[in-house]
Amino acid sequence: MSKLYIARSPKLAARALDGEMMIMSGTDSTLYTLNKTATIIWQAADGKTPLDEIVERRILPEFEIDAASALQDAETLALDLASHGILQVSEEPITQPKPASGEAA
Amino acid sequence: MPELIAEVDRLSLVIEIGGIPARLNATDPDFLRMLEARYDGFLSASDSVAAEFDVDLSRPNFPDPEADVRVTLTSGQWSLERGDFRAQWDPRSGRGAIRQSANPYSIDSVLRIVHTLVLVKQGGFLLHSASAVRNGKAFLFAGASGAGKTTISRLAPPDSTLLSDEISYIRKQRDGYLAFGTPFTGELAKLGENISAPIAALYLLAKEDENRIEPIASVEAIRSLLANMLFFADDPELVQLAFHSACEFVDRVPVFRLTFVPDARVWELIG
Repeated sequence: MSKLYIARSPKLAARALDGEMMIMSGTDSTLYTLNKTATIIWQAADGKTPLDEIVERRILPEFEIDAASALQDAETLALDLASHGILQVSEEPITQPKPASGEAA
Repeated sequence: MPELIAEVDRLSLVIEIGGIPARLNATDPDFLRMLEARYDGFLSASDSVAAEFDVDLSRPNFPDPEADVRVTLTSGQWSLERGDFRAQWDPRSGRGAIRQSANPYSIDSVLRIVHTLVLVKQGGFLLHSASAVRNGKAFLFAGASGAGKTTISRLAPPDSTLLSDEISYIRKQRDGYLAFGTPFTGELAKLGENISAPIAALYLLAKEDENRIEPIASVEAIRSLLANMLFFADDPELVQLAFHSACEFVDRVPVFRLTFVPDARVWELIG
């Protein structure tokens, strides 16, 4: 698979609590709670850093998992979050005006 | 020759809930008398109002009387629709119009919606919860239908003052939150007292076989608060504000789960 770039979707409200991220969709008011792994990926989703680099820098030091499995899990997770409108996923770097903040305003 | 255009007397009253006055103008004195009785205790002589509506009671004849509420923002103007009413409100001028039949329920819904729109910009909200003041402090009791809001209200001791048995009115202050009495009633059909007090705690209700208070985690508290918050607007910006309001409330107000046996002893744990 070619490189994936991920960015936090706009129109979200987010708040970190007890190591987890609560995210509310501004479009349908659905509330999501991300686990630790998803939180790390969501927080690192700046649209510029490829997912494999996020995994290498942020996931592998935190979890006992081999690189190939971690990347596969991260790609699955990113696509899942994208299906809920939480992340944007692209094979090109993503630029957007201002992504949702990682903390409450 | 008589005048072809007769001037219609426009009558009005001001309903002040949560310290936020709203004026209703209508031409039917019987309708306004009905509202005066309905909102007794919440009428105001305030000249400066946050919202003002001209109420048109001409036969509405809406196509789907059962349609759910829909609140949308277009070109800076709110459109409020339900099967039994249509309303517009411009938050910049505070002016709006309501078209409905001569019943108190449609107006009540419009007021609830407009208050949520005003409050969300200030960090406040309406909550599906009973609320009461005891020893100078307000306590909120939230839950879905059947959770015990009416029961806990009915069991409230004489030294407490009921703010609402159904919809609590919450405003953010510099150092905490205030709960206000509301005329928005539930099964008790009893208006709350038009007073306010600092909120000391929010209890999430559950009926069980013992009286018990337990702290709950912030994530669950926020989730429950959002589930019980009245919010109608189909507007991403306001959804985000409501989410942040819930987070901030949970940061500043203790939230507990209150399981209770439906008798008066539960109030021994409160206040």
